[in-house]
Amino acid sequence: MTDTIRAREQRTGWILLIPALLVLLLVYAYPILRSFWLSLFTQNLGTELQPVFSGLENYGRMAQDGRFWQSIINTTVFTISSLILELILGMAIALVLNQAFRGRSTVRTIAIIPWALPTALIATTWAWIFNAEFGVWNDILMRLNIIPEGQGINWLGEPTLAMMSVIAADVWKTTPFISILLLAGLQSIPEDLYEAHAIDGASAWQSFRQITLPLLMPQILIASLFRFAQAFGIFDLIAVMTGGGPAGATETVSIYVYATIMRYLDFGYGAALVVITFLVLILAVALAAVLLSKTRTALRG
Amino acid sequence: MTTTHPSAYPAAKTDRAFSLRKVLLTIGVIFVVVFSLAPILWQVLTSIKVNADIAAIPNVYFPRQFTLQHYIEIFNRRPFLNYMLNSFFVAATSTLLCLALGTPAAYALARLRVPGERFILALVLIVTLFPYILLFIGLLEIVRATGLANNYLALIIPYTAINIPLTILVMRSFFQQLPRDLEDSAKVDGYNTWQMLVRILLPLTTPALVTTGILAFIAAWNEFIFALTFITRESMKTIPVAVAQISGTAVFEIPYGALAAATVVGTLPLVILVLLFQRRIVQGLTAGAVKG
Repeated sequence: MTDTIRAREQRTGWILLIPALLVLLLVYAYPILRSFWLSLFTQNLGTELQPVFSGLENYGRMAQDGRFWQSIINTTVFTISSLILELILGMAIALVLNQAFRGRSTVRTIAIIPWALPTALIATTWAWIFNAEFGVWNDILMRLNIIPEGQGINWLGEPTLAMMSVIAADVWKTTPFISILLLAGLQSIPEDLYEAHAIDGASAWQSFRQITLPLLMPQILIASLFRFAQAFGIFDLIAVMTGGGPAGATETVSIYVYATIMRYLDFGYGAALVVITFLVLILAVALAAVLLSKTRTALRG
Repeated sequence: MTTTHPSAYPAAKTDRAFSLRKVLLTIGVIFVVVFSLAPILWQVLTSIKVNADIAAIPNVYFPRQFTLQHYIEIFNRRPFLNYMLNSFFVAATSTLLCLALGTPAAYALARLRVPGERFILALVLIVTLFPYILLFIGLLEIVRATGLANNYLALIIPYTAINIPLTILVMRSFFQQLPRDLEDSAKVDGYNTWQMLVRILLPLTTPALVTTGILAFIAAWNEFIFALTFITRESMKTIPVAVAQISGTAVFEIPYGALAAATVVGTLPLVILVLLFQRRIVQGLTAGAVKG
C-alpha cells in the first residue's frame, strides 16, 4: 500500500519536473555539450565553414594565442578588482542600511535601483559620464582642481583608465546585489550578541571583526560566488562601453568569444574558448562550495 | 546598553560617541543616496537639455532651457514605441512561461520524494552561475537550424530557461515554509495531488509567484547578448540592443540627448517596478541566492 502511494508520488514528481528539465536541457546542457564536441573540429573560413576533425588542435592553438591570454588577464583583473571593491562598498552600504534612521525604507529602495537597470543602458550612461570632451567626471575633477582646466582625461581611450572606468561602472551597477544579501545576513544576527560583547568592553571595530564578519561569512561567500561568475562572464557592459578597446585593453573572455564567432566565423576555436571558460567556472564553483560547507560547519560547531 | 551598565561608560564619552555615530550615519546615508541616484539623475538632466547645453564646456549642470525634443525624436525618428512593446512582450511571455514550468518543478523538489532530488537541485544551482556566453554557440546553431532568427521565440525560449532555476529556488523555499498539514488535510478530504495543487496551493502561492515574476521580468528585460545576435530586424529589436546601437551607429556625432532620453525611457519601467515592489525583490533575491 505505502509502496504504491510512494510510486504514485514519484510519478507525479517526475511529471511536474520534466517540462522544466527539458527546457533546461535544451538551453543549458545541449549548447555546452555541443561546444565540447565542436571544439574538436576546425570550422572556419579556412575550411569554408565545414567542420573538419582536428582533435585537440584548437586547444594547442589557444596556448599560442596571445590575445586569448590577454583576455584571460583582463577578465581576471576586472573580476577581482570589481569583486573586492563591491564587497567593501556593499558591506559599508549594508551596515548603513541596517541602522535605524528616518526614511530608512525609502533609502533601501533607492539603494536597489542600480541593480535593476539594464546593463546595456547603464553602459551608455557611464560612457557619457566618462566622455573625454563633455563628460561630467572630467568636469567635476576640474572644478575640484584635481586636473587642470581644459585638459580632460580620455578615460575610455587609455588602456588602464578604460579598465578602471568599466570597473567603476560595474561596481556601481552590482554593489546593490551584494548589499541586499549582506543586509539580510546582518538582520539575522541577534542584537544581544553585540550587547554582551559591548559589556565586555569591546569596541565597535572589535565586535565587527569578532561577531559580524564571521557570522556573515556564508552570505559573503555566496554573494562573492554569484558576483564572481557574473563578472567572469561580463559581456554587455564592456561591449557597449568600450567594445573591448582601446587596443584590446578591456577585452574579456566573453567579448573575445563573441568576436571569434560572430566576426571571424571561427566556430571550432570559439567552442574551445567556451569549454575552457566553462571549466574555469566549474573549478571556482567547486572551490567556493568547499569553502562554504567548511564555514557552515565551523559556525555550527 | 548604557542604562543597564552605567559604570562601564562614563556619560561624557557616551555622548560624544553617540553624536559621532550620528554624524557618520548621516554621511553614510547621504553617500548611499548620492551614489545610487547621481548617474541616473545626470542622464535625466541630459535628456531635457538643449544640445547647446549638453555640449557646453564647462558643463551646464541644471538646464538653462528645458526641452522635450530628445524624447520626441526617439519616438518619431526611431521606432522606440516598437522597441518598448517588443521588450514588454518578450519579457512578459517568458516570465509567465518560466513560472508555469518552474513552479510545479519547485513543488516536486520541495515535497515529493523524487530520486536524484539533491543532484537535480545541485545542477539547478550551478546553472544559475553560467554566463550566457557559454550557451551562445549552441543556441546560435539551434536558432539557425530551426530558422528561428528574427522570431520572438528565439528570445522567449532562452529567457524562460534562464529564469527557471531562479523560479525553482525561490518557489521551493516558499513551498518548504508552507505547513504540511494543509496538504495532508486536503488529501484526507479526497483531493488528489493535482486538485490539491490547483485549488489549495495555487491561491496561497500568488505572493511568491509575484516575487519570482518580478525578478524574471527584470532579467528578461535586461538581457543583451541573445537579443543582439538572434534578432537583426530593426522593428523587432528589444530596448537594450536598440539603445546600445544609438551610440554605436554614429561614430562622429553621438546624439547624446537622444541617447539619454532613450536610457530614461528604457529604465523607467524597471524603476517603477523597484519602487512598487522593493520588499518583494529583496525577499526573492535572498531566497534565491542564500537559501538555495
